[in-house]
Amino acid sequence: MLTIFNLHARVGDKEILRGINLKINPGEVHAIMGPNGSGKSTLAGVLAGRDAYEVTEGNVLFNGKDLLDMDAEERAREGLFLAFQYPVEIPGVSNRIFLQAAVNSIRKHKGEPELDAAEFLALLRRKSKILQMSDDLLKRPVNEGFSGGEKKRNEIFQMAVLDPKLAILDETDSGLDIDALRIVSDGVNALRNKERGILVITHYQRLLNHIVPDFVHVLVSGRIVKSGGKELALELEAKGYQEFGWSDAEIAKKPQPAQA
Amino acid sequence: MTALIDDKDTYLSAFARFESARAKDRPALVKLRHNAIERFAGLGFPTLEDEDWRFTPLASLTRVPFQMAPSGDGPELMYPDGVIVCDLVQAIAEHPELVEPHLARYADFEEHAFTALNTAFLQDGTFVYIPPDRVFQEPIGLNFFASAIDSPLVWHRRVLIVAGRNSQATFCETYNGPAGVAYFTNAVTEIVLDEGAILDHYKVQREGNGAFHVATIQVRMGRSSNFSSHNIAFGGKLARNDVNAYLDGEGSECTLNGLYVGGGEQLIDNHTRIDHASPHCASHELYKGILDGKSRGVFSGTIYVHQDAQKTDAKQTNQTLLLSDDAVIDTKPQLEIFADDVKCTHGATVGQLDAEAVFYLRTRGIGAEEARALLTFAFANDVVGRIKIDRLRSELEQLLFASRKVPDGTAQEAP
Repeated sequence: MLTIFNLHARVGDKEILRGINLKINPGEVHAIMGPNGSGKSTLAGVLAGRDAYEVTEGNVLFNGKDLLDMDAEERAREGLFLAFQYPVEIPGVSNRIFLQAAVNSIRKHKGEPELDAAEFLALLRRKSKILQMSDDLLKRPVNEGFSGGEKKRNEIFQMAVLDPKLAILDETDSGLDIDALRIVSDGVNALRNKERGILVITHYQRLLNHIVPDFVHVLVSGRIVKSGGKELALELEAKGYQEFGWSDAEIAKKPQPAQA
Repeated sequence: MTALIDDKDTYLSAFARFESARAKDRPALVKLRHNAIERFAGLGFPTLEDEDWRFTPLASLTRVPFQMAPSGDGPELMYPDGVIVCDLVQAIAEHPELVEPHLARYADFEEHAFTALNTAFLQDGTFVYIPPDRVFQEPIGLNFFASAIDSPLVWHRRVLIVAGRNSQATFCETYNGPAGVAYFTNAVTEIVLDEGAILDHYKVQREGNGAFHVATIQVRMGRSSNFSSHNIAFGGKLARNDVNAYLDGEGSECTLNGLYVGGGEQLIDNHTRIDHASPHCASHELYKGILDGKSRGVFSGTIYVHQDAQKTDAKQTNQTLLLSDDAVIDTKPQLEIFADDVKCTHGATVGQLDAEAVFYLRTRGIGAEEARALLTFAFANDVVGRIKIDRLRSELEQLLFASRKVPDGTAQEAP
């Protein structure tokens, strides 16, 4: 459902993504791991449509459509969801109002009838059970005064409500304690199904004990240098990124490994 | 110099005719008007050289020869049983003991030309008396309409509200007028709170886009009284509010909130002044502005703490959202503190919409325009959300999102 072909992207003069190739089919959970500066957040940002990044080469197809040609809201309406690494606080806009506007924008785009306040509240109640979100949290402004764990939980809650075809989780585990990690992971796992694709971007292997991936890719210096099954994550954890610390020149010579 | 003489001339000749037509009014009133016009003649209209007017050029107002609106054109009145509401001149005749101790004693015309002018032409004013110890849930409403206008007219709107001891009430004044014509509303509202009185005040200014609106709201607060004011301004080509509260008794609490929304080439100017003249009083101010197009906003908030006003607790916040590159805000907080055991804070911020917040909303499927509208509404809602009259709050929410294209869901939310 998602095909990334030879994707190059830069910020200002600095080239960060140097030829990413990736294919995600419905129902698959892919993990991308990499050291700091490897381009993990850039990849998430490029896919979500952040202005700061310039794509210099390559393309991305999402369900057969040119993703890079769409603006951010169109991508969301087509079924793409990004769980932010640093979710912003939005004072004065309640979680409920914000989500209702989002849900209805997406429904409108799909030609579905919009939900009124009562129908929407019913939807929220169903979904909040998945992540143990209280009514009180829904009335509060988006992420305002939320702890790190609450913000990440709110991201996954939004994912549950918006029901995307492809969810990109950008370092969802950063800043989480064990309990929060468990709640968030349980939430993501509850949302796994045969139609949905999930891309988990992470620095640490720990998250992947809870959200067990089908495929693992190692991102170094803007390229995927190795792909494998879930064991690859454990191997990486044991050996560290040194093993994969090929110099830029060497990476330039090596061909892209085939998809596992 | 010729221009200056012309500016006052229209009003001085109008006064001559007015004075002879009203020669039979009570002598005290005739004298008051006469003193006021003399003062106006002496002062003239303010210029950019006046500190309090330096951001607000008045030439476009002062050069128009506004003629007096026909008499008998007072506001539409709505009020609960038990509240006394009547014509001000009539009240002077029928309840002089209630009116004379207060009328024109608070809104000073010594230094303020517009107040002097308003006082000079005092007629068709409204007197509101809230009897002591009474509690009223239903708001008192005064709705001013600048009716159909063929030529440039001026209305000198005058209101005196006296809230008796331990009374509780809500008072709402609205100003409306047609678009596309020049007219001038010159308003003075004096508000007196006796000991222990509680009064919530709302002002909604929706004058036409060619109108000039200059208003003074002057409040005198007695011991342990509680006054909160919500000053919402949308309209007018040029709008200026002076909101002044004099805390004349221990233990009183004053809240001055405001929201001004400007677009096109509007100028909206809010000047506030809180005099902490007594100890143990608290004041809070929250003024927010949303400026688009080439509009200009001015906010000047003065907190004056008198020497004996120990244990004063004063907080002032002014926030402005600039939605376009050409919008401008001039903001000037002023603290003059002469007591030594006080808490005074003030803060001003000026900014644009948070780009990260806009992006976040877009990644959830909300269009860019809608996202900006939602965030702008949220900014305004900080003030609008505090309005306790449900009907008024909904009306304002509708008004805010009609002009901003906010997604439908927003109107349903009550904080």
